[in-house]
Amino acid sequence: MTPRTLFEKIWDAHVVAPESADTPAVLYIDLHLVHEVTSPQAFSELRSRGLKLRRPDRTLATLDHSTPTLPPQANGERPYANAEAKAQVAQLEANCREFGVQLYGWDSSDRGIVHVIGPELGATQPGMTIVCGDSHTSTHGAFGALAFGIGTTEVGHVMATQCLLQRKPKTFAIHVDGTLPRGVGAKDLILHIIGEIGVDGGTGYVIEYRGEAIEALSMEERMTVCNMSIEAGARAGLIAPDETTFAWLKGRSRVPQGAAWEAAVQRWHNLRTDVGATYDREVRIDASQIRPTVTYGTHPGMAIAMDKPVPAARNAVEQRALDYMHAKANQPMQGTAVDVVFIGSCTNSRLSDLREAANVLRGRRVATGVRVLVVPGSEAVRRDAEKEGLHEVFLAAGAEWRIPGCSMCIAMNGDLAQPGQLVVSTSNRNFEGRQGKGARTVLASPATAAASAIAGAIADPRQYLTEVAA
Amino acid sequence: MKPVTRIHSRTAVLPDENIDTDRIIPARFLTTTERAGLGKFCFNDWRYTQDGGNNPDFLLNKPEARGCSILVAGRNFGCGSSREHAPWALLDYGIQAVLCSEIADIFRGNALKNGLLAIVLEDAEHRWLLKNPGIELSIDVREQAIELPDGGRIRFTLEPFARHCLLNGVDQLGFLLQHSDAITHYETTHNKWQQEKAA
Repeated sequence: MTPRTLFEKIWDAHVVAPESADTPAVLYIDLHLVHEVTSPQAFSELRSRGLKLRRPDRTLATLDHSTPTLPPQANGERPYANAEAKAQVAQLEANCREFGVQLYGWDSSDRGIVHVIGPELGATQPGMTIVCGDSHTSTHGAFGALAFGIGTTEVGHVMATQCLLQRKPKTFAIHVDGTLPRGVGAKDLILHIIGEIGVDGGTGYVIEYRGEAIEALSMEERMTVCNMSIEAGARAGLIAPDETTFAWLKGRSRVPQGAAWEAAVQRWHNLRTDVGATYDREVRIDASQIRPTVTYGTHPGMAIAMDKPVPAARNAVEQRALDYMHAKANQPMQGTAVDVVFIGSCTNSRLSDLREAANVLRGRRVATGVRVLVVPGSEAVRRDAEKEGLHEVFLAAGAEWRIPGCSMCIAMNGDLAQPGQLVVSTSNRNFEGRQGKGARTVLASPATAAASAIAGAIADPRQYLTEVAA
Repeated sequence: MKPVTRIHSRTAVLPDENIDTDRIIPARFLTTTERAGLGKFCFNDWRYTQDGGNNPDFLLNKPEARGCSILVAGRNFGCGSSREHAPWALLDYGIQAVLCSEIADIFRGNALKNGLLAIVLEDAEHRWLLKNPGIELSIDVREQAIELPDGGRIRFTLEPFARHCLLNGVDQLGFLLQHSDAITHYETTHNKWQQEKAA
């Protein structure tokens, strides 16, 4: 048999009808994740055509984007940004009741950001096809699933048929050799990768991350890497499942149990690229050369080690980006004054991310005038963090400890920065206005975000880690 | 979807590279549960000044861009989120075609499903169009050609199924539903996940 890549194995296993010159493949979707922002028009489409949702058992919904991260007021009302946001949430609640979809809503102890709870519940499993009306669906690729974001029309297609019409994308291997230096993490790695291949370097491709440095990552770190595949233009990013994956998933509520688990693991062992399989494109990255990395412009490809000088603009658009950021060519980002720090989002809101930030903040105070928002990715993360006392570390340092949601990553729930403010953010997009009109976003790791909160300026977290060790 | 066979218009040019979906429609306008009426938010933070007036520096606000339904944009248009609100907003604003040397994958798929022509051109032709704003073009979907005022033609390729759907107003969900038997067959033969749940 011809050697195949991991992507090709998953693709082949889900073809309902093969592609031809005239028509795309009909691809079966194992798991459909739904949230309040990109689903209402799709439910309306089903209703207007008199269609049922084909597989409610393969559909899972939650509330995350429009939801407030402050608790209900004394009268029990949640502090929505506006009446439309409240109505949007109510619409998803009503749609889920009508179409029989399980909603991890306000009353659920498992509610959270859709890309955090899918894996937590064990709904995300190796070898699956997973879609959601959300570009960061690529996160689930960390488990060796083919996972990608879709538009609302396609959300309707999956609801009605559990399938999508898809052309086969090209394959792109990113080999990460060596070992990440101490104090340098998955966020630094993926920002470095996007900086290397460019914000459109992955367009048309599915990326497979592989190599020694990838295998050494924890599941949370792998999710951070795969999450940002779309920031390089790739709809999906994949990592072959291994013992780390299986150990992380074992016993979760939606994974097979007992003998069925053993059989599944047996099957999942085959989910790796065969020796001799070829990719359409390959790149090698040396992990040992990566340092704490941040963005300096207005897209995630404008990323650089924080102690390296910002490159001069090559054209008017890049100059405009530097001007918007108040960034100066030939000066490093390190030392830039900070107004707001956001620790959260589907990129970096898991327990390990919060621990990473807390390790830096423990026993220290946030600099005067800096606002710090810590938003756990899910109710489960919140529970676990509070059990460890991480919330006390954040509160003692002067940070705010919120309830789970997308919050300031997409800034549509009222959590946002003011015009001109500089935000060091553990999220995934530094587009103009992403965190509020005129707000300036610098993407960074949780450790860098925490260090910058203490210093009041973009700071290297390794100095604080050294102090702890000493 | 209504058939889209030909679009005739002068071009408006936004030469910026990497125009992302947050610029096309900022996230705070995504609390809607409808798809209609988003044109007023299209390019919102670029198009309006602080006091809500038209920003005279925004190229689409210039008198010569008025009424243009073909947008020539810098490379990697539509990068970022999967929000279909982006093509909905563009169409409602009056844009019917986007010409670019590279268009982000999810945006391109969303656009074509809504009858917004997202057309990828060769670098040289794209550069030429960027340098010649306001030129009168006629886009012929059947011939996959853009006709220039001097009689010249720029060839392009659309994914054949997307082109077929545009020309014939084919409803893709209707097409998928025709595969119901094959989907049921797939589910009965491949449904390992269900078997495990049952086990």
